[in-house]
Amino acid sequence: MEGTAVRGRLTWQTAMVGSVTDETPQVRTLMLDVPDWAGHRAGQHLDIRLTAEDGYQAERSYSIASAPGEPPAITVERLDDGEVSPYLTEELRPGDEIEVRGPIGGYFVWDAPDGGPLLLAAGGSGVVPLRSILRHRARLGDTVPTRLLYSSRSLMDVIYRSELDVPADGLAVCYTLTRSQPAGWTGYARRVDQPMLAEVAWPAAQAPLAYVCGPTSFVEAVAAGLVALGYPEQRVKTERFGATGS
Amino acid sequence: MEALEDSVLDGNAIGGLLMSLFGTDMTTATGICGSCGAASQVAELAVYPPGLGTVVRCRSCTAVLMVFVELRGITCVDLEGLASLSPA
Repeated sequence: MEGTAVRGRLTWQTAMVGSVTDETPQVRTLMLDVPDWAGHRAGQHLDIRLTAEDGYQAERSYSIASAPGEPPAITVERLDDGEVSPYLTEELRPGDEIEVRGPIGGYFVWDAPDGGPLLLAAGGSGVVPLRSILRHRARLGDTVPTRLLYSSRSLMDVIYRSELDVPADGLAVCYTLTRSQPAGWTGYARRVDQPMLAEVAWPAAQAPLAYVCGPTSFVEAVAAGLVALGYPEQRVKTERFGATGS
Repeated sequence: MEALEDSVLDGNAIGGLLMSLFGTDMTTATGICGSCGAASQVAELAVYPPGLGTVVRCRSCTAVLMVFVELRGITCVDLEGLASLSPA
């Protein structure tokens, strides 16, 4: 970056919406075309700003769903009482423009030198930055042993399911469906708890690295559970989103 | 450490705000609580979503560490609760 721009300068840019993919009935992925995109790291996020005709502005932060080297994409869950997400998931069309700034954040990021084994734990749309990590890992051809524990209300609410059903080398995906399960479901069917973590998480003796993202209550429970299993706090990276913030 | 409620976020959520104010990523910066002395990365601090302002609290003693209030494009920054704030 040296010599090109003021270091770290974060400015609002105009992004054009590219392709739009429906992930679930409530969730949509928007590919964004940002002409001066600086390139992002796996796990980072970006801010979106919408301006109403009367000048009222609303800003929200979204995790980047795509891998480094890919155009930025965000995956948005529609919240019925949301101020921003209904617009992003229902009104926006390819070719429309929105304001973005980013990439943002250096804490909840993973790159190959960080190693593993990796434990990724997602509650609902908390899977979005973990998907960026998984895509990055796959694109690098990295085979660090990785487990994804993904908690969803139902199978229909699982985001990126077609991708996760064909896991890359060394990746195991473990679902728990908390509200409803299809007939014949043999996987977990409850909220993540201590016995489940003990079964799914790498033993602490293997010095695993954990990334936990989801609603605050999910992250609090999983992070505390991992620490109870012997994970050092600094090996458990956390990112919380509120019911109104995503 | 008390578990946080669902309405409370963490320092990742204000990464953009902090970067626009400080000109560099601050989520990996280390903040030291002026009340209890706990050291924590900003990403791990408790962030209470904006009412009139954004309030950042210590996870160990819940003291207010930082407050940000934005009005007409001007952001008022109060870091009085921090003993220090050092970028990584």
